[in-house]
Amino acid sequence: MSLPAAVLASVQVLVMVAVSPLLVGLMRQTRACLEGRVGAGLVQPWRDLRKWMSKETLSALGTGWTSAAGPVIVVVSGLLICVLVPLVGAVPFPSVPDDLFVVVAVLLLGTVATDLVGLDAGTAFGGMGSSRQMTIAALVEPTVLVAVYALSIPVGSSALSRIVRARVEDPSSVASPVSLLALVALAIAVIAETGRLPVDNPTTHLELTMVHEAMVLESSGRDLGWLELGSWLRLGALLGLLGSLLIPWGIATEVTVGSLAVGVAALVVKLTLLGGALAAAEVFVAKLRLFRVPELLAGSFALAFLAVTASYLLVQAG
Amino acid sequence: MSGVAGGIYTQVSLTVLAVLASVLVPPAHRARVAGMTVAAVGVAGAVTGALALAGGHAGSIEIPMSLPFDPVVLAPDALGGFFMLVAGCVGAVAAVFAIGYVHGPSASRTAWSALAAFLLAVQLVPAAADAVSFLLMWELMALASTVLVLTEHAARVEVRSAALWYAAMTQLSFLMILAGFAVLAAAGHGTGFAAMGTVDPGSTAAAVAFVLLALGFATKSGIVPVHVWLPRAHPAAPSHVSAVMSAAMVKMGVYGVLLVVVRLLPGGPYWWGLLLIALGAVSAVYGILQASVASDLKRLLGYSTTENVGLMFLAAGTAVLLRAYGISVSAEVALVACLLLVVSHAAFKTTLFLGAGSVLHATGERDLDRLGGLGARMPTTAAAFGVGALGAAALPVTCGFVAEWALLQSLIHGARPQDRLVSVVMPVSVAVVALTAGLALMTFVKAYGIAFLARPRSAEAAVAADSPTSMRVSLVAAASAVVVLGLIPGVMVSAAARATELRGVGPVWVGGIDLSGVAARLDPVGLTVMAALVTLPVLLIVWRLARRRPRRPVDLAWGCGGVRVSPRMQYTATSFAEPLSRVFDDALRPARDVEVTHLSESRYLVERVQFSQRLDDVVEVRAYRPVIGLADRFGVFARRLQNGSILRYLGYSFVALLLVLVVVTL
Repeated sequence: MSLPAAVLASVQVLVMVAVSPLLVGLMRQTRACLEGRVGAGLVQPWRDLRKWMSKETLSALGTGWTSAAGPVIVVVSGLLICVLVPLVGAVPFPSVPDDLFVVVAVLLLGTVATDLVGLDAGTAFGGMGSSRQMTIAALVEPTVLVAVYALSIPVGSSALSRIVRARVEDPSSVASPVSLLALVALAIAVIAETGRLPVDNPTTHLELTMVHEAMVLESSGRDLGWLELGSWLRLGALLGLLGSLLIPWGIATEVTVGSLAVGVAALVVKLTLLGGALAAAEVFVAKLRLFRVPELLAGSFALAFLAVTASYLLVQAG
Repeated sequence: MSGVAGGIYTQVSLTVLAVLASVLVPPAHRARVAGMTVAAVGVAGAVTGALALAGGHAGSIEIPMSLPFDPVVLAPDALGGFFMLVAGCVGAVAAVFAIGYVHGPSASRTAWSALAAFLLAVQLVPAAADAVSFLLMWELMALASTVLVLTEHAARVEVRSAALWYAAMTQLSFLMILAGFAVLAAAGHGTGFAAMGTVDPGSTAAAVAFVLLALGFATKSGIVPVHVWLPRAHPAAPSHVSAVMSAAMVKMGVYGVLLVVVRLLPGGPYWWGLLLIALGAVSAVYGILQASVASDLKRLLGYSTTENVGLMFLAAGTAVLLRAYGISVSAEVALVACLLLVVSHAAFKTTLFLGAGSVLHATGERDLDRLGGLGARMPTTAAAFGVGALGAAALPVTCGFVAEWALLQSLIHGARPQDRLVSVVMPVSVAVVALTAGLALMTFVKAYGIAFLARPRSAEAAVAADSPTSMRVSLVAAASAVVVLGLIPGVMVSAAARATELRGVGPVWVGGIDLSGVAARLDPVGLTVMAALVTLPVLLIVWRLARRRPRRPVDLAWGCGGVRVSPRMQYTATSFAEPLSRVFDDALRPARDVEVTHLSESRYLVERVQFSQRLDDVVEVRAYRPVIGLADRFGVFARRLQNGSILRYLGYSFVALLLVLVVVTL
């Protein structure tokens, strides 16, 4: 393990653990302001987390180790994504390539863990949430992998650090039609993976609509804390990834104190921008009916597919 | 005598010994003695395969025959050795499992003898060096497996029809392979693989032979649309037989395809690749779609086999296509990916089928809708099945993930702007693989989550207990193969590279993979270490919190503020897959029926609601039923010829005699 990569990874993890609850707080606050409510403030997610961690954890009879281990796996998967994705800087470990397929697989590991927690409770709600989430995850998969493919074509590699570095060196490549198509597709996939509107409403507890909330209904205390922190980390890391791909400025390509400080500052700015924009957009969007979601995902898949074919045709024309 | 030849002799003698043991040993000790001997056949096969893989053409056995063909020779090359190794390992694990599993008809003399013969045949198919020995072993494999599928025919009616389907399809496969080899033998003037290898891949004969052989091997592999036997045969056969059939026998179809495109007719035209990719892609998506809505555990696993073999065909087709376009680096990676898929599927499918067998042994249920809560009652089975499910869902760190990663790498590096066809086929293939991976995830979350988590949905599931030692040992062995090969895939890759004589791939660091040709590498050990590093602080916090405030068990944590209701209120496998079956309504065509009985007092009050759903295989209904109907009608018509009247039969004989006389005089 090389030292610079290890330093960068630790910085990314620490920053993301600190920032992602604040990001969620920011998104909730933005929404509240736009809807004319006072809102709970930026640090409310941190207060919630502290409360959950100190509360007693209940577990239903008949639930096994899955309910205890699942939340930990969810949070570890979130942390691992924060290590692998270039957020503050793009300096990969020599022995652990930040391959996008690996990142997607680690992400899915977290999804599966949440699902099994939902099923383990043995209630109708848990199973319902799991079933819905799995259906969405299965249909998002083609979009994600084809978008990854589109992003990998210009650099000839699916390693994220190489993709991001190529963008840092040549920022004009961000505005190419291929890159834009792929990013839009990826953005829709990220919205579906993180359970935001219009795929899932993160604030609902209405049985007709909830997906993520249905799975964590039976969890309490630290279990709930880990599940929520895991989902926040996932949201932060994926938005950060979009930020790194869309606005590649400020990303550290070497590890020095100065470049890391710039990288962290840039990350915070990008997350604020993207999170604020997403929250603002959510005010104007209603949740889609569950059976309309596949249409949205098919649309995003078409965009990703166009991005791939366009990249070959455009290269040919040029 | 070389090691390989000795190994083949050992396998044959051990098989004879196993048959003798199953016939002579009294029932009380039969399972132990016969099981261990059959396992020894498997071990001998694995060792022979490893020797053949290590030494290339290391030894041969010539069987004297009075046929006017090339000599009948068993001489495994490196590729054959690879498949023999896989089959041997699967066989050994399944045989040990069978010791504790067999009961009733599956513990009979016939069943044990057939198992030994079946295993030997599966191991010797890849040893064949000429068409005659290949077909002989192939037919032995088909016959022995048919006997095994029929094992429980007396107790369950559906077994008979399953065996009939299987026998018909497997003979169809044999006929097509026979015809294909015949074409090749005629063009190459010899039945030896060396003589067949001289045929020009661009010739018409090669094209005809390729199509026949590909279809024949596809039938054996359960490729859509000739997969219909597979989802029937697997639930019908005893579980250890399903494991060998799915993890080893079906692979022989893949071996056959590789034999044709790598050894006999290398450098085939691009449309061979397209044909294989099309077959593979359709099978992968259709198979996993059916699996994701199936609620019979073994039927689900059977359909998932169709999916996995589809991916193998897709990888093999990609290799042919890219090679035809001169993109040899990615073609080599695709070929290696195909072999990685073979190994990983063998590992996780053995685990899953044996796990299903263990569940069946404990509860007598294959229906997921009636299982549940087995995780607490059968911890070993649950853990092993969970690992197998992770592998089938292609999640890290299992061998399934590594294989799928290699396949995706070969696909995304395959296309070049100047080849229009390739740059359309590759993204479509990536999408197919991705959709398959997504649906596989859902399928196996369902299989594991519904069967092993939550509360038991039937009385049988509530009283289940974990299986006997021999079953648990083999389950653990198979599951550890899934994890170990996923952690250090370098071993698999070295073997695969040796089997196909490739250079662009190799192991790196602690058993990682380096696809230097496409500048991609994967190091699961590194990933695991990193995961462990980030887990450590989390676990520390959990430990401190747990010491301060331990977990408190309650009857129901929240439950919407209610109390425990009937376990039937839980989600079942059918309801879990309901959204998906609605999304893919057009492809699956489920027949649903909701029957509402109202109270006699008022139409607004409901007394009873009955819901039933039936999922038939669309391909079977649309393509096979009409053909079978036609054959039936022809049979009824032909029956008119035979009305039992002796006078009519004498008349037939007389006419026949006349005809013969006329023909002779002409």
